[in-house]
Amino acid sequence: MSAPFDLTDDSVVVIIGTGAGGGTLANELAQKGISVVALEAGGRHLPEDYINDEWPSFSQLAWLDKRTTSGGWRVAKDFSGLPAWIVKAVGGSTTHWAGASLRFQDHEWKGLTHYGEIEGANLLDWPIEPAEMTDYYAKAENKMGVTLTNGIPGLPGNNNYKVLEAGARKLGYEHVSTGRMAINSQERDGRSACQQTGFCFQGCKFGAKWSTAYTEIPAGEATGNLEVRENAHVLTIEHDDGGKVTGVVYADPAGNRHRQAARAVCVAGNSIESPRLLLNSASSMFPDGLANSSGQVGRNYMRHMTGSVYAIFPEPVRMWRGTTMAGIVQDEARHDPSRGFAGGYELETLSIGLPFMAAFLDPGGWGREFSSAMEGYENMAGLWIVGEDMPQESNRITLHAEEKDQHGLPVPNVHFTDHPNDVAMRNHAYRQGAAIYDAVGATRTLPTPPYPSTHNLGTNRMSADASKGVVNKWGQTHDIANLFVSDGSVFTTGAAENPTLTIVSLAIRQADYIAEQMNQGML
Amino acid sequence: MTTPRSVRSMTRRELLSSGVAAGSALVVGGGFVAHSTEAWAMEPTTLSPHAMATLVQMARDIYPHDAIADAHYAVAVKSHDESAAADPAYARMMESGVRVLDTIAGNRGFPDYLGTGWELDRVKILRSVENQEFFQAVRGGLVVGLYNQKEIWGHFGYEGASFEEGGYLYRGFDDIAWL
Repeated sequence: MSAPFDLTDDSVVVIIGTGAGGGTLANELAQKGISVVALEAGGRHLPEDYINDEWPSFSQLAWLDKRTTSGGWRVAKDFSGLPAWIVKAVGGSTTHWAGASLRFQDHEWKGLTHYGEIEGANLLDWPIEPAEMTDYYAKAENKMGVTLTNGIPGLPGNNNYKVLEAGARKLGYEHVSTGRMAINSQERDGRSACQQTGFCFQGCKFGAKWSTAYTEIPAGEATGNLEVRENAHVLTIEHDDGGKVTGVVYADPAGNRHRQAARAVCVAGNSIESPRLLLNSASSMFPDGLANSSGQVGRNYMRHMTGSVYAIFPEPVRMWRGTTMAGIVQDEARHDPSRGFAGGYELETLSIGLPFMAAFLDPGGWGREFSSAMEGYENMAGLWIVGEDMPQESNRITLHAEEKDQHGLPVPNVHFTDHPNDVAMRNHAYRQGAAIYDAVGATRTLPTPPYPSTHNLGTNRMSADASKGVVNKWGQTHDIANLFVSDGSVFTTGAAENPTLTIVSLAIRQADYIAEQMNQGML
Repeated sequence: MTTPRSVRSMTRRELLSSGVAAGSALVVGGGFVAHSTEAWAMEPTTLSPHAMATLVQMARDIYPHDAIADAHYAVAVKSHDESAAADPAYARMMESGVRVLDTIAGNRGFPDYLGTGWELDRVKILRSVENQEFFQAVRGGLVVGLYNQKEIWGHFGYEGASFEEGGYLYRGFDDIAWL
């Protein structure tokens, strides 16, 4: 039974967002007997609602509120109103994610120490020791049912994986597998095994992929301690004269505003909305926005160095059959400056359907160069590059000076320009990706530009020094003790790995900290 | 789409653009665009039949797939007539865009865009206007208007939704044999 809490009940922890961070935190706190109200801007969609059709699914799930873009990235030109491809629904982007669940490498927690000062980069070490995360990673992997952990077998490789694996082996790569995936390779926790449907990005209709929408959220609701209020779009966070947060104001679908009181507030709206909410909550006491004494709220926006390589072969591959991210090459994930850049990258299979291929293969492209590539669709294999990008202060989320959203609040502008390290890494990855496919007979390779961001990170970063970041090692803001950030925006650096497992691990860890602080009477 | 009830008399211009010179099978009549071999015709409400026929040809030149019938390109550009009906400024933009294509074609010694026989020559005309609002509206609309037509997915081998069939676990997700 979900527990309806009163709007004036100031004993509840309010969590804003129900994705990997917010959804996990909500359940973890509820399991500990803590009262939680989770406010979700989107609606509740479950596997029976998901649509195996890219554009209709996009309309159903994507965050389409108005946003603007600027900077040197190609997304600002090709998808100027869509900087990020993320989800507005209960479950957040765990509805849409592909399932890759990789731990950071130890050195990636200490970017500044291992990479050194890099011009133009705002590198910093995480205020967390790698060993502190071991148990939390293990808990997250168990919770999410990650393959190749906890005795769970790996997923079988689909056609797209087989092409990647064969090419990678010919190149001499050794760390090639179907990877650690939060997709059931066998029934687990009452959820089905993967049926190789494809359409992982559109929500798994078999529920084989872990998503907070149908794991954490109902588990938390079953305790009676968690109320999830959907279609509740938080506009501002309020505070008292003592500088403690006291509640949040949200809009319902009719545009009516409500105020939910809170003992503590945890912001988990993804790395664009979370800093936007802090900035939009500016007051006379906090004129630059909440928790922004460092001036770092919204800065250091990272999106992973990404790109794709599609390759056309003489014979069919039919890459869309089966898991979207079906396997991985990890040999380039190491830090090896001899390649001409700091940090590393993963190569992961990727497939998009014909409608999205038309939109993303070469945005703006046309003529026979483009259409002949589309003609090769059935014979295509594809991979996605995901690597560590450099935090830069000037890459940031700001409030637009004129544009307002449906609630009359300034929309976020997302400014991003690649760092030279990002460019060098991408070019290396394009070459290696093409070489993998050339090694097994590709007749044409297509280095495809980054899509609108799916991994949005860093805009409320963790720091030991309060002047260099927004939150401490627990995700607690340096400035306001009962205000927390609980999503990927706390990432100090991005590492090469898909971020969800780390977001979930940090949320489990944060729940322990919040409970402990409450027990000690600190919250 | 419906077949026109009668083919009314054509103007000289419409005759010139009725397909033979263009290597296209589009027939432009008074109030309609028809196809000489495919069983379809459309009657635009706002844009001229000549403009609609030009859009169909332009759509093929932007995303040429030789084995895909004109009917699918016609479906892909049909929404421009609907947008034009709702917005006079949009209608003017589309009509003037077509006139510009015809003018450039004329300057290069062709009767008009539709009467420009080789794709290469038509593409050169399009390249000269590709940064203009008109071209971007047509190209941008095609990304979804053409490639999101389920009827043509088969041409590309794409199988679409699989959930209803139980996914691909028992239907060839790992059936690659040539590696």
